[in-house]
Amino acid sequence: MADPAMSVHNGDAAVSLRGVTKVYENGTAALGPLDLDICKGEFVSLLGSSGCGKSTALRVIAGLITPTSGVVDVSTRSGHTIGFVFQEPTLMPWSSVRENVRLPLKLAHVANAESDRRVSEALAQVGLAEFADAFPRELSGGMKMRVSLARALVTDPDILLMDEPFAALDEITRFKLNNDLLTLWRKLGKTVIFVTHSVFEAVYLSQRVVVMTSRPGRISAECRIEAPEPRDDEFRTSVAYAARCRDVSLALMQASDAKAGT
Amino acid sequence: MSGLEPLPAAVREPTSLRNNVRWLRLLLPVAVFAAGIVAWESIVRIGEIPPYLLPGPFLVFRTLTADWAILWDSLAVTLLTALEGFVAAAIGGIALALLFNQSKWLEYSLLPYAVILQVTPVIAIAPLMLIYLPQQTAVVVCAWIVAFFPVLANTTLGLNSVDRNLAGLFQLYGASRTQTLRYLKLPAALPFILGGLRIAGGLSLIGAVAAEIAAGAAGAGSGLAYRILESSYRLNIPRMFAALLLLSAAGVVIYMLLALVSHLVLRRWHESALRKEN
Repeated sequence: MADPAMSVHNGDAAVSLRGVTKVYENGTAALGPLDLDICKGEFVSLLGSSGCGKSTALRVIAGLITPTSGVVDVSTRSGHTIGFVFQEPTLMPWSSVRENVRLPLKLAHVANAESDRRVSEALAQVGLAEFADAFPRELSGGMKMRVSLARALVTDPDILLMDEPFAALDEITRFKLNNDLLTLWRKLGKTVIFVTHSVFEAVYLSQRVVVMTSRPGRISAECRIEAPEPRDDEFRTSVAYAARCRDVSLALMQASDAKAGT
Repeated sequence: MSGLEPLPAAVREPTSLRNNVRWLRLLLPVAVFAAGIVAWESIVRIGEIPPYLLPGPFLVFRTLTADWAILWDSLAVTLLTALEGFVAAAIGGIALALLFNQSKWLEYSLLPYAVILQVTPVIAIAPLMLIYLPQQTAVVVCAWIVAFFPVLANTTLGLNSVDRNLAGLFQLYGASRTQTLRYLKLPAALPFILGGLRIAGGLSLIGAVAAEIAAGAAGAGSGLAYRILESSYRLNIPRMFAALLLLSAAGVVIYMLLALVSHLVLRRWHESALRKEN
């Protein structure tokens, strides 16, 4: 059973939000107040219906949006940025896969020899080493997403923010990318904050699922997902997984009911 | 797109039909051209219309070859003017769009005047230009005035059409203004810039001709437009037609050259340059 206990953590926080709100210029209260702590190396999903402010939360953490009030504390090693994967692949159509992945390094003025090595490494990590010279339009949706992931990984970030990255992909590709993402997470030990509206995806991937209400986005429940590691397709078909999904679905329904009641 | 059902037969074009369509697109204009020539020549012959009213196509063609030396020199003069105007329009239009993109204040201050320059007919500005500037400069300035606005407007549109997520990505990685311009905005604007240049190419020729016409009577110009005016005064109508023919041909060649450049630059990534295969 999921116990929506408030977050109790051991280890240092990688991301810490205190009373964060965001009100857009048109008066829409999109977020908060939001209090959230995420540990180093943790895999956390933000789950909620479309337009509930979970993407806004992610953009606040990334520093792409300044919060209206509250404190955002993100701790990374110096010189290591945050990696961000958008809902769309967001690749430059005029550049090859290699140049797309190289972009963060180029912007940071990393020398070519060094960036060549790191780009090849990142592409190998997502299994696209052979496609370095292809152009984005020549790739399938899943492959474009892998390029996007490689670009996020190329700076060796401590924190990886992912904004519904696999929502537009077909199920088979999504399952495959889910597994690959888990493998990478276990290997690289990065903190991952994953925004999704899919209960099944959230439960499969995360150690902790944060359920959000909409407008303004607040945390309504947290579910720890205890499951034997490493998770794989066997876990996806297990009874324990189904039970977890039911719990989280319930929490999500309560979140929207609570909203409808007010 | 793997889950889609196969397209109905009507949507799928058999290869032979597509080849036929391609041939038709070549053949039809040629057929229309031939029919036009025949009709033109017949009307002139049957109606016994004198050449100073309407020369037949064959007389025009004979004049074109006979007067080739004079016409060619004039064409070169006009083309050089158009080219100078075009280059100035390309540089000026792109540079101004970049400035506008960097500073909203500058855009608010200057854009209305760019629009005014654009909507005022060049044929009406040309006589003024000829008063204040040396003739050759005035003609180039007129070509520039007509051609620069599409470059400015298209480049501005392109610079503002940058994908918002990509812009966010550049912001996330702390890109400087120059880096954002060089690696994001300019490449994103490139298809738009090339579209603007394609329009500007033809317009610079129009601007050059309009200014030559305005200057023609008074000036010592020797461009094609001047030849047309001069021929009309001398009632040398066949030469007028020959010069007109050359002007149209020059315009078509300019357009095709710029379209080719655009295609070569964009062929690896932009939708407009890709072959249509599902």
